[in-house]
Amino acid sequence: MSLRSPLSQARGLGSAKEGVGHWWVQRLTAIALVPLSLWFVVSVARFSLFDYATMVAWIKAPLVAVALVLFFVAMIHHAALGVQVVIEDYVGNEGTKLVSIVLAKFALYAVAAASVFAVLKIAFGA
Amino acid sequence: MSVKPASSNRPLSPFMIGPYYRAQLTSMLSITHRLTGLALAFGTVFLAAWVTAAAAGPDAFAVFADLANSIVGKLLLVAYTWAMLYHLCNGIRHLFWDTGRGFEMKTAYASGYAVIGASVVLTAAVWAFALLV
Repeated sequence: MSLRSPLSQARGLGSAKEGVGHWWVQRLTAIALVPLSLWFVVSVARFSLFDYATMVAWIKAPLVAVALVLFFVAMIHHAALGVQVVIEDYVGNEGTKLVSIVLAKFALYAVAAASVFAVLKIAFGA
Repeated sequence: MSVKPASSNRPLSPFMIGPYYRAQLTSMLSITHRLTGLALAFGTVFLAAWVTAAAAGPDAFAVFADLANSIVGKLLLVAYTWAMLYHLCNGIRHLFWDTGRGFEMKTAYASGYAVIGASVVLTAAVWAFALLV
């Protein structure tokens, strides 16, 4: 057991080495999502993407598949960071807060994996 | 050393909106940014279902397309489009603020009205394009 007080142990260590990481990645994904989401919305409006043949042909184009993967990854990473902040702000109980953040992140990254897998499956011509 | 800080029993935001705090355009746009962000996070499940149904084959996709083309599906899609375009426009406003500019009252209100206008006009344009062209 250390005889030093918790304050003196923490002093000088800075911000656990990840100070602006969350903030920066939120901005990085936001900047990426400006062109990606505009492209996505315009594409959905331009092509009849609720028609099976049109949709599959659209995703089979390599650039579309790559852009869709980037869109899903950037959007869901951005969502995971944003949902975390909302939970931290509004959930008071520490246990509920932790469990909510873990569940939200697991769910969002499961959605990301399923989306990317589906895009690649269509692109590689299953 | 686990003394509970005195602040732990204080009410959490946004308790003050209404009784203690008069809502203005700027604060309402701020909470709308959060609400649309949350809605879009849930909406990722819809986008995942869309590509997953396509990957599963024409029959699964037909079920999904029927749901999306129903009246309720269409209304949700319009709401989803607006939420995405609002979050996009207001997100650009936030990125501009990150450069340290645009915080004067007049500018903050002007950019706020611009975001509302742009999100509505863009949503209308996207749907007009999708339905008419």
